[in-house]
Amino acid sequence: MSHDDVLNPKQLPHDPEKATLEGKNKFLGFWFFLGGETVLFASLFGTYLALNGSTQGENTPEHLFGLELVFIMTMLLLTSSLTSVYAMYHMKNHDFSKMQMWLGITVLLGFAFLGFEIYEFYHYIHEYGFTFRSSAFGSAFYTLVGFHGGHVLFGLLWITSLMIRNQKRGLNLYNAPKFYIASLYWHFIDVVWVFIFTVVYLMGKVG
Amino acid sequence: MSTAAAQKSGFFATLWDYLTTVDHKKIALLYLYTGGFFFLVGGLEAMLIRIQLMKPDNEFLAAGLYNEMITMHGTTMIFLAAMPLIFALMNAVVPLQIGARDVAFPFLNSLGFWLFFFGGVMLNVSWFTGGAPDAGWTNYAPLSTTSPGHGVDYYVMGLQISGAGTLIAGINFLVTIVNMRAPGMTYMRMPLFTWSSFVVSALILFAFPALTVGLFLMMFDRMFGSAFFDVGLGGNVIIWEHLFWIFGHPEVYILILPLFGAFSDIFSTFSKKRLFGYSAMVFATVLIGFLGFMVWAHHMFTVGMGPIANSIFAVATMAIAVPTGIKIFNWLFTMWGGQIRMTSAMLWSVAFIPSFTIGGMTGVMLAAAAADYQYHDTYFVVGHFHYVIVGGVVFGIFAGLHYWWPVMFGKILNEKLGKLAFWPFFVGFHLTFFIQHFLGLMGMPRRYWVFLDGQGLNTGNLISTIGAFLMAIGTIIFLINVIYTAYKEPKCGRDPWNGRTLEWAIPSPPPHYNFVQTPLVRGLDPLWVEKMDGKNEMTAAEPLGDIHMPNGSILPFIMSLGLFIAGFGFIYQVDDSAWLIAVFVGMGITLGSMLTRSLKDDLGHHIHKEELERDIKKGVGK
Amino acid sequence: MRGWMGKFRSLFLFGTLALILSGCGQENLSALRPKGYGADLIFDLMMISIAIMIFVFIIVMAIYAFVLIRYRQKKGDEDVVPKQVEGNKTLEIIWTVIPIILLLVLAVPTVQATFDLADQSTQGDDGVLTVEVTGNQYWWHFNYQGEEVSTSQELYIPVGERVYLDMKATDVIHSFWLPSIAGKMDTNPGENINTMYLEAYEEGVYWGHCTELCGPSHSLMDFRVIAVSPEKFEQFKEDLRNIDPEAEPETSTAQEGQDLFNNNCMSCHAIGNAPMGVGPNLSNFANRERIAGILDPTQENLTDWILNPDEYKPGNKMPAVFEGEQFADLTKEEKRDQAEKIAEYLLQLDHSDVGVDAPTQSEN
Repeated sequence: MSHDDVLNPKQLPHDPEKATLEGKNKFLGFWFFLGGETVLFASLFGTYLALNGSTQGENTPEHLFGLELVFIMTMLLLTSSLTSVYAMYHMKNHDFSKMQMWLGITVLLGFAFLGFEIYEFYHYIHEYGFTFRSSAFGSAFYTLVGFHGGHVLFGLLWITSLMIRNQKRGLNLYNAPKFYIASLYWHFIDVVWVFIFTVVYLMGKVG
Repeated sequence: MSTAAAQKSGFFATLWDYLTTVDHKKIALLYLYTGGFFFLVGGLEAMLIRIQLMKPDNEFLAAGLYNEMITMHGTTMIFLAAMPLIFALMNAVVPLQIGARDVAFPFLNSLGFWLFFFGGVMLNVSWFTGGAPDAGWTNYAPLSTTSPGHGVDYYVMGLQISGAGTLIAGINFLVTIVNMRAPGMTYMRMPLFTWSSFVVSALILFAFPALTVGLFLMMFDRMFGSAFFDVGLGGNVIIWEHLFWIFGHPEVYILILPLFGAFSDIFSTFSKKRLFGYSAMVFATVLIGFLGFMVWAHHMFTVGMGPIANSIFAVATMAIAVPTGIKIFNWLFTMWGGQIRMTSAMLWSVAFIPSFTIGGMTGVMLAAAAADYQYHDTYFVVGHFHYVIVGGVVFGIFAGLHYWWPVMFGKILNEKLGKLAFWPFFVGFHLTFFIQHFLGLMGMPRRYWVFLDGQGLNTGNLISTIGAFLMAIGTIIFLINVIYTAYKEPKCGRDPWNGRTLEWAIPSPPPHYNFVQTPLVRGLDPLWVEKMDGKNEMTAAEPLGDIHMPNGSILPFIMSLGLFIAGFGFIYQVDDSAWLIAVFVGMGITLGSMLTRSLKDDLGHHIHKEELERDIKKGVGK
Repeated sequence: MRGWMGKFRSLFLFGTLALILSGCGQENLSALRPKGYGADLIFDLMMISIAIMIFVFIIVMAIYAFVLIRYRQKKGDEDVVPKQVEGNKTLEIIWTVIPIILLLVLAVPTVQATFDLADQSTQGDDGVLTVEVTGNQYWWHFNYQGEEVSTSQELYIPVGERVYLDMKATDVIHSFWLPSIAGKMDTNPGENINTMYLEAYEEGVYWGHCTELCGPSHSLMDFRVIAVSPEKFEQFKEDLRNIDPEAEPETSTAQEGQDLFNNNCMSCHAIGNAPMGVGPNLSNFANRERIAGILDPTQENLTDWILNPDEYKPGNKMPAVFEGEQFADLTKEEKRDQAEKIAEYLLQLDHSDVGVDAPTQSEN
């Protein structure tokens, strides 16, 4: 396949993300990468579960967490996952402008989530004096949730730069895999959050 | 004048070529040179350790320096010598064995190397900046979190950077092997070396993130005041041990499995027989890889996990002996009835069997949890793991290098010197490590700076040191062989060993696109299949046409350099926040190059049919 | 379980092996010369595993030798193509099943021994001693629970009785290893307390090591366990309970030494029963087998140690007291003189003459 074919937005097959060998490689490689990321978060969850009782008698999970805020955050992230599915749907139908629109909504929701998270941390630090250094629980909490937050930020920058870069030239076989794996990454972040919501917040509040 | 200038530009052109290369064969050489260098550094550290333990109450090395020495010996040998040398073999051989023109992610391949390179350099810079890490290669908290100076910081940053490189390399090989196989190369036709590389890449993928997390926690504790391992604030020091060994035990198999693969190919080639029990071998490889994740806590029998956990992990560990035993017997029966040619590669492989069997046996002994209360952290363990890592991994690397040297350099390593290097190394190896089992049982703990006189340990330690010198002599002869071969040996041409697999179907060394036409694989040992049909080359699976190849790039080097700079920033911002500038600059460089990579199209280039035809006329592809 | 293993022992190979191995190593230090219940149990387990392993090794080596001799390529055979054998189901089943059986043979006693050594059923019963063991950089402290007795560096236990050890560490992880009696267990910092037990068969002075890398002087963190008869052990406890930390020494130099000690050393070191301090408890110091766990107990060594502890145990936390400000105007000789006085005082702290009767300790 020549360079022109790859960059030509006119002739797209049904699954543009997997039409080239490079695309297939990216697709598979990224799934493997997410496998590694799963172990990474599993290790962080393990550490958190080992240390979530080590609060030094103050600022326990029950005391700190407010489920209302976290519920809104969860909804934002879940919705953003859904909107990224729409984006991929439009990619498969070769409707570039709709894909960009849905990705744009995804990014906005993501930033809203991140804003809430920053507010949450700010709140814990200033209202409760609960920091990264106050106890082993503090370290474990900020590390786990912070790693997730870092992933969200990276994902947002990634999707945004892809959108800007390809705004003018539209969808082609070269950038379709890029969009696709960025959205995979976004789903993964969402799944991790579901676990954080359950293990950290729900179990922290209830258990 | 003009020639000097030409040479100069020649040198820089070569340098630039290697800095930017994404060719798996050149990256293999980079791994080989760097890994080889670190192997010598680690070996030198080992010699200093053995000199210190030559006699009781020795004052050759100071106590603190000794601890730095053992830490760096272990860390260097595992992460900076064994792993890259394995990657050198994998890069040189795996794409060829599956009939591919390159790996799935050539750019990432280069990035993986440079990350490893800068991580390794960073770790060793610590020698010159006030002390290397000194908490053992296992780096247990809280000894590591409370270790003064910046030694352990270098450990954390160096391994974090090189570990990222390893993870990338692992993903790359997984995808390469799944997606890039030539037509007809089904999974159950893949050579064992490719199979084991595949399993190992999966192990890397699932094991290294645990180390990544462990290193992050350690970094946060040491540099940013978190409390993961600070019992005063409710931390728990055992978390490090778990994370470390969840990574660390698979790591052992990451080291040995590729060499199991190499031995399989070598036994088969030099016995002129197909591998005995191929499917059982594949099954055993996968099973070892799988069980490798179930047994990490056998490194922690004395931590106080209780008898239930200890028993479970003991029995699980013993189970690994079964697939390993299957492998040993299959190798023996591969040779059974064959036509054994005792080349240097075969000599190392043949020597591996008894050495590794002893290592495996002591492994089963160690698995008996209750008995481990005696063995644990003594020289028995030191003896055991050197039997598997030297007797298995190092022997395997030597065997693999002899075997695949033609693929990498187009020459056969001098056979006489090869055997001359083998004997002192082999004898020295057993002399050094066999006695250590007994030293351990006689009451010598591991990581002892001095042993006291009058404890019955003098003779054993002296013997061990003498053995170490013999190993050093063997290594030096091997080095002489490498230099001698480079200057004196003739080119060996295609297929010098009467090979069976695809890497021997093309010229040695291969052209940079490997296969002029992608080969059609018609069975296990594809080249052998063709040979038995009276042909000496592969049937092509495609007509001669343009070949798409990736472009070189300097970005992997720059990205890694950025992390290297940021690493220093992280280490020294503890002393002076001005160093945060280095963090921002370094991360800026890395993220900037990532952005560049993302935004700038890189579509690769084509080698045109005409060019290939010209090459064929010159003899490539025959 | 013991009887079951006893039968194994009678096997010829097994017996010979045990005989050869038990000749190895220094008495009271070597795991190959068990003198206590745990070490004995482990030794038997070790012998079973070695026997199985040697059996396997012999088979592997027999095939190996045969193959290498029989199937070398001979001159003129270069073009011979051997039969390309795919495999052999029967053989493959054999070398899968037999190892599984052998491993089961090993796994059963392993699990039994693991549970046996973790047994804590009698801990806390009347008359059963529990000692709290604490690992510190680079010394050991022993508190005899409920007995108002504490010692450092040397642990006294009654022969033939189970003594439980509750173990922890104050700084980094250490590991308590007493090869000839019972194997080892880590001492962890934090809440995590590990328990093991000792049961010595005969009176003796047993050598122990730290086996978890704990800093520069890791290799110098030795301790001794002194097993005496139960009667003598009672006497020992009695003696240590009755220590008068203020007791006036007989000689005048020792008295001066006591004053110096009280003024400069008491903030870290205690004499008599006391909670664990910053430094080792010095009760019964005159009867120590070693100074600081490693040096011969002479006055000269002790003086050297006091003057410069870091030279003998790099990185240890004991300060060189006489390098302090209050002694700045003393000459080198005067400092040595002072240290000698402290040494003399310490070496007359003879609180208990309980010891091992026959000298079992051979230095070579």
